[in-house]
Amino acid sequence: MIDGILTGGVYALMAAGLTLIFGVMDIINVAQGVLVVLGAYLSYALSVHFGIDLFLGLLITVPALFALGVFVQWAFLQRLGERERTAMSILATYAVAIIIEGVLGLVFGADYVQLSAWYVLRSFHVLGFYLPYIYVFGFLLAAALLGGLYLMLYRTRFGRSVRASLQDRSAARLVGIDVDRVSAITFGIGVAVTADGGMVFGATNSFNPNTGYDLISRLLTIVILGGLGSIGGALGAAVVMLVIEDVVAVVWSPLWAPFVFFAVLVVVLSLKPTGLFGHAATRAQ
Amino acid sequence: MTPRRGLVAAKLAGVAAVLAIFAVFPLVFTNPAVTTIAVFTLLFMASATAWNGFSGYTGYIALGHAAFFGTGAYVLAIVTQHLNLTAGSSLFALVPLGGLAAAVVAVPFGLVALRTRRHTFVVITIAIFFIFQLLAFNLGITAGSSGIQVPTPNWDSATFNNPFYYVSLGIVVFATLVSWGLRRSVLGLQLLAIRDDEDRARGLGVPAGRAKLVAFVLSAFPVGMAGAVYAYFLGQIFPQFAFNPLFDLSIALMSLFGGIGTLVGPLLGGLMLESLQQYFTLQFSDGDLYLVIYGALFLAVLIWLPRGVIPTVSDWWKRRSARRLGLAGQGEAGASSPSATGGEALAPVARVSNDLAVPRQQM
Repeated sequence: MIDGILTGGVYALMAAGLTLIFGVMDIINVAQGVLVVLGAYLSYALSVHFGIDLFLGLLITVPALFALGVFVQWAFLQRLGERERTAMSILATYAVAIIIEGVLGLVFGADYVQLSAWYVLRSFHVLGFYLPYIYVFGFLLAAALLGGLYLMLYRTRFGRSVRASLQDRSAARLVGIDVDRVSAITFGIGVAVTADGGMVFGATNSFNPNTGYDLISRLLTIVILGGLGSIGGALGAAVVMLVIEDVVAVVWSPLWAPFVFFAVLVVVLSLKPTGLFGHAATRAQ
Repeated sequence: MTPRRGLVAAKLAGVAAVLAIFAVFPLVFTNPAVTTIAVFTLLFMASATAWNGFSGYTGYIALGHAAFFGTGAYVLAIVTQHLNLTAGSSLFALVPLGGLAAAVVAVPFGLVALRTRRHTFVVITIAIFFIFQLLAFNLGITAGSSGIQVPTPNWDSATFNNPFYYVSLGIVVFATLVSWGLRRSVLGLQLLAIRDDEDRARGLGVPAGRAKLVAFVLSAFPVGMAGAVYAYFLGQIFPQFAFNPLFDLSIALMSLFGGIGTLVGPLLGGLMLESLQQYFTLQFSDGDLYLVIYGALFLAVLIWLPRGVIPTVSDWWKRRSARRLGLAGQGEAGASSPSATGGEALAPVARVSNDLAVPRQQM
């Protein structure tokens, strides 16, 4: 239950990146799951080969993934035609995802690994449970980054451009916002948060190059439930879903927990196609 | 209209010739390695064609057809296991059952997923697909991750693949006929109208919900049959291979590559990409390298050939022959209108008349 809320915070961060990308660019980044795994592997490589602490390593992996995100946007996504942009973006980022998965497989092999550090191994006692420190540290970091994201979106000039592009791309362009530049940076930020998400994910779960599929389907579920493009919705949905999954795992069976996770999505969408927190029509379909 | 009749005759002759080539293929190339590739290629050609019959015509990109493939595969395996059937040609009788099961499963799947539009639809098909995969892992009847064995027939090893080949070819022909019939039917027109502008199509009286559901179920049937043949051919199935997310991606890529929304495009895409993939797998036996190549190819198609090979080549051909006839002006117009994925300038006009024609035929 508690670790449901704490993991929910980390998922919220990863989902926030996804929903931000969608809101600004109308792009569903299916590669987000694999990018989280990539972030985890980068942290793994840094800590195993260079002995760099997981949290310190973020200083390297976050900029690296930001650069990768800007590159992917510039090299592939910007070149997609306007027609059926969203559908095409799903296919294009899916292709990016399998390339990254293949590269990870070539470099690291298919064995499951897990990140390790003192705060992963040691745990403390709370309310009758033992909880590894990493959950708390990861949650705090996710909360801090989400706060930073919020400040950036609502308190800076750049954030205003992002929100303007979120509301209406062409109108934003008309008032002189360089939408392509905003898109590239947004995509970079959306991807960069996976470095942090990946580190915490890799420390709390064992992973291999295939883990991305499971992860992306969860993230998409969260984002759709929260209403596409709504950051607050993503936060709420992430915590709700992770707590539900945790409760099911304890009360019923861990085998069926992911099943309930997807079943909730199906039920919610059949009752309310725009998602739990979604507006009636965020944008014309 | 003699020239037109001549054209039809030429087309029929072409189809017959292609069919004949496919029919004698395993008799000429008897190497089992080659015919194995051929069977997989045919299964994917059929699946891509069926997928295109829904996603290509309606514009709803479904990434969950692996659920139907897996359903077909598991139905064959489970029925064989529980009835203690012995291997042999008679097991092929279960193939239509696999298709039927997939179609039945497609009804609730479609009812839920088709309530949403465009991108939400894509995501919900992925989610429902994962529900199927999780069910296959967790249910008792599917034996979880240990998989199910299907008995192997004791046919002569030299011609072992041939029955599978011809059954698969039959599924390809069936899927193509369905797709062809769909395009020529009122339902096909309704689907194209939905692709172009669903709200307007609804306004003009197209029963959009029903049309989409029927097309969705129709497209599940051949995929389920392909899955059943796949299970029998491999002799064993596991959840992660029967319900494989790469399958969803592959059939979408094949259709895009050949030309989404065209009749021949998915066939061509399946033929080229699946045979290439199987060849790569044999040649390199390195799945990861293959993933990288496949992803890169996919990106290249999306960026440089977003409309696929068939529309691009046919446009080029028409423009060329128009130029040769010296009919520059008319030639340009002729070149851009009929392509299925949408010549931007002229197509909407042509489609308005489609939209209008539909409700009239309905009454």
